[in-house]
Amino acid sequence: MTETFASGDRVACTIGDTELSGTYITDRDGMRVVKLDSGYNIGVDPSRVAFLERTSGGDQPAVEVDQDPALPELAIISTGGTIASRIDYRTGAVTSQFTAADILRAIPGLAEIARFRTQILATILSENMTPALWQQLARAVHDAIADGAAGVIVTHGTDTMSYSAAALAFMLQSPVPVIFVGSQRSADRPSSDNVMNGICAAATAVSELGEVAVVMHESPSDDRCAIHRATRVRKLHTSRRDAFRSVESAPIGYVEYPARTVTLEPDAVQRGTRPLILDDRLEPRCGLVQFYPGMDPVLFDAFSGYSGLVVAGTGLGHVSSACIERLGALVDAGTVVVMTSQCLYGRVCDRVYDTGRDLLTAGVIEGATMLPEVALVKLMCVLGRTRDRDEVQRLMQTDLAGEVLGRSPHGL
Amino acid sequence: MDSEQVGLVAGLEIHQQLDTACKLFCGCPTRIRPVEEHNGEFYRYLRATVSELGTIDRAAEEEMKHIRRFRYLAYDSTCLVENDDEPPSPLNEEALEITLEIAKTFEMTPIEQVHVMRKLVIDGSNTSGFQRTGLVAVGGTLPNGGRVESICLEEEAAQRVEDACFSLDRLGIPLVEITTSPCLHTPEEVQETAAFIGMVLRSTGRVKRGIGTIRQDLNVSIRGGARVEIKGVQELDLIAEVVRREVRRQQELLAIREELLARGAAVDEQPVEVTRLFEKTGSSILKRAKVILGIRLRGFAGLVGREIQPGRRLGSEISDYAKRCGVGGIFHTDELPAYGVTADEVAALRAMLDAEEQDAVVLVAADRKKALCAVQQIVRRASLALEGVPEETRRMLEGGSSAYMRPLPGAARMYPETDILPVSISPERWGSISAPELLVDRARRYVAEYSLSAATADQLVHSSSLSLFDRAVAAGVQPGLAARTVLATLKELSRDGVALDGIGDDRIIAVLGAVQEGRAAKEAVPDLLRAVAGGAPVDDAVASFAPAVDADELEVLVDQIVQERIAFVEERRMGALGPLMGVVMAEVRGSVDGKRISELLRKAITKALG
Repeated sequence: MTETFASGDRVACTIGDTELSGTYITDRDGMRVVKLDSGYNIGVDPSRVAFLERTSGGDQPAVEVDQDPALPELAIISTGGTIASRIDYRTGAVTSQFTAADILRAIPGLAEIARFRTQILATILSENMTPALWQQLARAVHDAIADGAAGVIVTHGTDTMSYSAAALAFMLQSPVPVIFVGSQRSADRPSSDNVMNGICAAATAVSELGEVAVVMHESPSDDRCAIHRATRVRKLHTSRRDAFRSVESAPIGYVEYPARTVTLEPDAVQRGTRPLILDDRLEPRCGLVQFYPGMDPVLFDAFSGYSGLVVAGTGLGHVSSACIERLGALVDAGTVVVMTSQCLYGRVCDRVYDTGRDLLTAGVIEGATMLPEVALVKLMCVLGRTRDRDEVQRLMQTDLAGEVLGRSPHGL
Repeated sequence: MDSEQVGLVAGLEIHQQLDTACKLFCGCPTRIRPVEEHNGEFYRYLRATVSELGTIDRAAEEEMKHIRRFRYLAYDSTCLVENDDEPPSPLNEEALEITLEIAKTFEMTPIEQVHVMRKLVIDGSNTSGFQRTGLVAVGGTLPNGGRVESICLEEEAAQRVEDACFSLDRLGIPLVEITTSPCLHTPEEVQETAAFIGMVLRSTGRVKRGIGTIRQDLNVSIRGGARVEIKGVQELDLIAEVVRREVRRQQELLAIREELLARGAAVDEQPVEVTRLFEKTGSSILKRAKVILGIRLRGFAGLVGREIQPGRRLGSEISDYAKRCGVGGIFHTDELPAYGVTADEVAALRAMLDAEEQDAVVLVAADRKKALCAVQQIVRRASLALEGVPEETRRMLEGGSSAYMRPLPGAARMYPETDILPVSISPERWGSISAPELLVDRARRYVAEYSLSAATADQLVHSSSLSLFDRAVAAGVQPGLAARTVLATLKELSRDGVALDGIGDDRIIAVLGAVQEGRAAKEAVPDLLRAVAGGAPVDDAVASFAPAVDADELEVLVDQIVQERIAFVEERRMGALGPLMGVVMAEVRGSVDGKRISELLRKAITKALG
């Protein structure tokens, strides 16, 4: 006996000799999921759930939120809005809510910082991000700035946020802050970092900064966010709030919470010092592969026909002797190969050991101080602009957006 | 008090920590730590989020009136899950098994698929802002015919160290919540039922013991009153008193309501700023306040100060509501002049608010934002006095009275825990669970099987060393010796300052085993345990303290001692046995049971006397 229920139906469950009433939510794993009147959800065999009545859907009343016309206007562009999401009890799915009112309601302090207009570019998990979406995002941010936004906030899943931030840093020169922000703990929990990160991102977006940056928790405490340069930031922890760290350079600024005071380091690019320029050309046929001991050289053949390949080598930037020949063959066939290091910290130098020299001879380009994923994104941009091998090499080794450090700082 | 006449209806919620190896959703030990051992700290804010149904829980909403910065203390025995910096691990199976054992004892029916929920709690006691909980079974029975409504498996909250500082060692310890239906009708019945449930829980042998490991929440209402939940009653013996005091409180509040209605009482909506009246006051609190607001309660004179419970007045209730805004408290005219406030100041205050003799005025002193928030709360609580008894969550105070905590939470506080997969309880699994032997049954069995006295058996089953007794008996130790050791010897040694904590049940059983095997006398047990507690291996202790004498050696020794003192023996005949006992005991240094020596001596003397 299996009736068809609609989410929201009033139902009665029989558990032993106890009858409990509740609201039908969904079917899962052969069980009817019912929210009891006590608030508890339980899974019950369909034969023990009886229909009581159908209720009309209780839509949430729309709440108007006042925006202060005296405040600067910021654009919020969402790529996969977790910033104001919650579960729909009818479907059990997390839904994104993304009108300006939704966001201001979810993060009440925002209304004191700026006015907001919002745009949903995508609603995807960030692991599903693509170079084509980076391009759309760059265009959307460009348009918002051209349209007068005093700053742009991009809400983004944290998994690949640093890739997207780096992509924008290479595709877009901006006179105003372009701030990537996300949350490590979902917005539907009272302890979510979305509130503090959102407030600090908005404070940074109206600040004197003039570049693309990531703003996230600086420590496990809710007292400060770090402002990271887009090309130097990496997610270094799977779950902590302070997972994002600047690698081999200090953050370019901080935001105190709840005071919202922004302090910028001297090397941060200042607001208004650069013109608005968009160059969204991109060559997506580029790959990134990590070398490991014993790696079968034929694996590199999978990238044959690719325009570019970034290798995350060992130490100073090495692969096994057996692999060098294959990389050379790729280069000869027209693939640009860039060497970076799994060490993440430090400079690639292929002039110290024999394997390194052999790599250079094979035509592999040293990736300087670039993080492997930053080198990948940059290679896509560079190959989008030129196919001249020497010019590609020159650009890959030239600092475009803070990714190539002229000097190596000496800290880990 | 006639419970029936007042229409007392009460129910219990019992929270008991489980003695599992790991916490409910991570691999951390379930060990409480001294606060000074914390090795890290961090700060967080919490805010109310909307439920699945799109509403904000009223208890959480009130908590948001005063946003606080919480400080958390971390330990080398806590991890990122307690920090709310890592998703939870799957539900602890050991904890679920214990919960099912308890459910079986109450003859409950398990839920086929348990869904872990997030119960919104934003008072800081949970880093996540919610307590994870799952409904495991429903529909149980109590011996008095009452019903156990449900049993839930929950995570314990963090321990409040002070104000807004919490210790993470306790957060995540598995906890069962057992809820009875509102089936109890006298204070004594509530207490007896709590005692019975406590006994059932301890019968599993797998629950934590000691202060704070079990907490009772009481749901109490009387006819015309309202359901009030009193949280955190830790002492069983106080339960009846707490119920009696709550009944009185509700009766008093209903009487106050009658009086207020008779007087045509009403509560002003708008406060009056009276800061300047107190510029030169002798009350230091009022003098240094940034803003003082007064609110007139028409017809409330004399009632705000009326006692409703020992140590509690209507004014205390109003004050509790105001404190939710972060103010220290209130002043009201039923208690003034006092606290440095003069009669002249009271008169001026009354004049300024147009308060007549039947009216009361409540004052609140704080910064403007807090004071305005507090006035709203004062108005709210005073208005509720016109309706009777508000539905509330309260906390128990020392002695058995209670103070307001927050509104009763509703179903809107529940949200599914999306990080944890549902857990199915198959009929096979349920069938494999057996209910533990109840402690009362076990005591009867000890009397029957081990010939222990009823008093000893009762003491044993309530002892925290019950498992030691069972293990010792299972290892072949004579039950009388095991009982004496558990109930007397260990206590005496502990009283003498012997550090027994690190000794471990295994070594105690080894010492008792040595006695059982005849390698040591039972008289030597205290000395042996003392030596073992001091670090000596059990065998060394037995050897040094009580050099082993085998049966043949002992017989030779006894014969020898009798022969050496043959004149004495011939003179005293059997009367020599006593004095010679001492000689033999000294020789074997307590390693042989006295009874055995006595037997051998009797034999040797008989032989010597021909």
